[in-house]
Amino acid sequence: MTSTTLDTAAERRKLVRAGLSRRHVGEKMFRFFGVVAIVLALGFVAILFADVLRKGIPAFTQSNIHLSVTFDPEALNVDPAPVREPGQSDAAFNAANLAWQRQVAMLNWNTVIEAALRNAAPQGFDIDSRQILSIVETDARHRVREVFVRDPSLLGQTVEVDLLASANADNWVKGNINRDLSDTQQQLSAPARALIDTFEENGTIRQGFAWSLLSNVDSRSAPASAGLLGALMGSLWMMLIVVVLAVPIGVGSAIYLEEFAPKSRLTDLIEVNINNLAAVPSIVFGLLGAAVFINWFRLPLSAPLAGGLVLTLMTLPTIIIATRAALKGVSPALRQAALGMGASRTQMVFHHVLPVTFPSILTATIIGVAQALGETAPLLLIGMNAFVAAVPGTPVEQATALPVQIYLWQGNENRNFFEARTSAAILVLLGFMITLNAIAIFLRSRLEKRA
Amino acid sequence: MDMLAGKVKTTQQTVNTAMNPTDALERPIRLTAQDVTVHYGAKQALHGISIDIPDRAVTSFIGPSGCGKSTFLRCINRMNDTIEGAKVGGTIKLDGEDIYAADLDVVELRARIGMVFQKPNPFPKSIYDNVAYGPRIHGLARSKSDLDEIVVSSLRKAGLFEEVKDRLNEPGTGLSGGQQQRLCIARAIAVGPEVILMDEPCSALDPIATAIIEELVDELRENYTIVIVTHSMQQAARVSQRTAFFHLGNLIEQGNTEDIFTNPVNKQTQDYIMGRIG
Repeated sequence: MTSTTLDTAAERRKLVRAGLSRRHVGEKMFRFFGVVAIVLALGFVAILFADVLRKGIPAFTQSNIHLSVTFDPEALNVDPAPVREPGQSDAAFNAANLAWQRQVAMLNWNTVIEAALRNAAPQGFDIDSRQILSIVETDARHRVREVFVRDPSLLGQTVEVDLLASANADNWVKGNINRDLSDTQQQLSAPARALIDTFEENGTIRQGFAWSLLSNVDSRSAPASAGLLGALMGSLWMMLIVVVLAVPIGVGSAIYLEEFAPKSRLTDLIEVNINNLAAVPSIVFGLLGAAVFINWFRLPLSAPLAGGLVLTLMTLPTIIIATRAALKGVSPALRQAALGMGASRTQMVFHHVLPVTFPSILTATIIGVAQALGETAPLLLIGMNAFVAAVPGTPVEQATALPVQIYLWQGNENRNFFEARTSAAILVLLGFMITLNAIAIFLRSRLEKRA
Repeated sequence: MDMLAGKVKTTQQTVNTAMNPTDALERPIRLTAQDVTVHYGAKQALHGISIDIPDRAVTSFIGPSGCGKSTFLRCINRMNDTIEGAKVGGTIKLDGEDIYAADLDVVELRARIGMVFQKPNPFPKSIYDNVAYGPRIHGLARSKSDLDEIVVSSLRKAGLFEEVKDRLNEPGTGLSGGQQQRLCIARAIAVGPEVILMDEPCSALDPIATAIIEELVDELRENYTIVIVTHSMQQAARVSQRTAFFHLGNLIEQGNTEDIFTNPVNKQTQDYIMGRIG
């Protein structure tokens, strides 16, 4: 009797041991695949970031041309700026001022800039005026004119001005163009290229931080001055609309569905549909927005209001699903404690359940808003891919959005210049997103500490 | 530690004789249940429970797991309402008033019938806010000093005040298990209930914390009608004057605790008490 139990015990141990090595191998394999998966994922992220940073960072510096511009009275044949006479009304003075500004705008400012460029070039440098003007960006004449309008007493004097080099000049300086290409394949003429090299040597062309990227709106005629301010404001307006609408509506419907709605076929159907909505391709929301908000409600085309509403619709399922999951996760003990104290259902939800789930709801909101911020497809369908060279002051003005701006720049025909700008815009978008997330995480940690 | 050991000793494992058992029967009846049934969906959990619960005494429900004692307890403050698919039949009257009447407000009922749960479940708020919550939502305190008074006296009655008086603003969840359960009792008392239901209040506690709670229950019966569900027959014997034995959804036997434990009429009760079932 004893011997058989001993035998069976030894037998059993042998069986266990035989299986043991296979089990250990299985575990090792699983761990190995886990590590491989993590390494691959991190590797791709690293490659993505390295590529964007490598291309984008150079775009944050830009070639500036430092010129001494002389407001030559001969070239600038203009009446003296109107001075306010005693007894003159505001309207009359404004009219006179505007008439003078119109006159100033009609002047040929390129002659002033050309003179300044020739002045900076070596004596007797052989270059025609079209070629020499291709070195500065086309917005140079506006910049110089603005300096004069601000201070008309500068007539006949010389001032130091920093102007943007043209996109082609910037490419040449940064080496984005193969210098060995023949003249016919170069954007700039041979004398212009030679002059740029000279300017770089004598310090007329210097690299400076590309403030235009952040302080200017998009530009087609002056690509070197194209910036993101309009798109940034457009995105900001849309995020404001998304946060103001999607968070209360999403959290509210999640609370109602989870805590108050009777369990019935109808609520089941609603739940299934919300889950399906989260999986609907975003471009479908764009079609819906175009049909409902623009064709039916007659909201303005290309406006952050319409875009914000479309993104709200897109974000709602994310917030509802995450909030419901958070509410489901609250321990029944807490609910019973509240109900047992005689709290009404509403009091239970708002005094106890919601405060506990607040961090999760905030996280869901961050994810939803971040998704909305990066969304491009639906915005294309409601006209936000239009070229808008203005900063939207209200949500009903025409605007574009950061991701759409990235899409537009990516398609720009001046590849050499805009490839870097596109990467820089991606960096700005990422920075914007990280800022939003940082704010939300800060809020969450503070709320968690208080709870 | 010595003090606690002393406390354990005072509540010996004998039938509570602090009150003459016949007294409990002579006390006015506070709660009356008549033929109470509970269905969870198709499954019947309680089969026609009828019981009278006397005023200002401790009534304990004993029985093996799944016998329906907790289910019945949760009928008394209508906590079963919150369970999907639960249906309650029969009548339960508090002071002659049907608590399942259509015009009865369940919020008001729960202010009159407090509850302490199996696992200590303080709110994730400060100790003060835990106790102040009930008076706040029911509008019982006219001023801040009123509220302070209610909080302090409730904590005192629950025997917790001396231990927590210096940290009323610290979270209630930071207390030990036994302290948390006393905090839950203080929270229930703060509303001034007439009846306190306790659903196995000591099952998650160590013996010393259990002894403290048992002593507290004994003190509280001076002012409150207490119904306690317990797994432990010893606990029922120690703290209650009336005992009801449940088995498989039926109320098998009820009576004075001393009679139930020393002289059970029913064979099943006898078997349970002797440790043969359960």
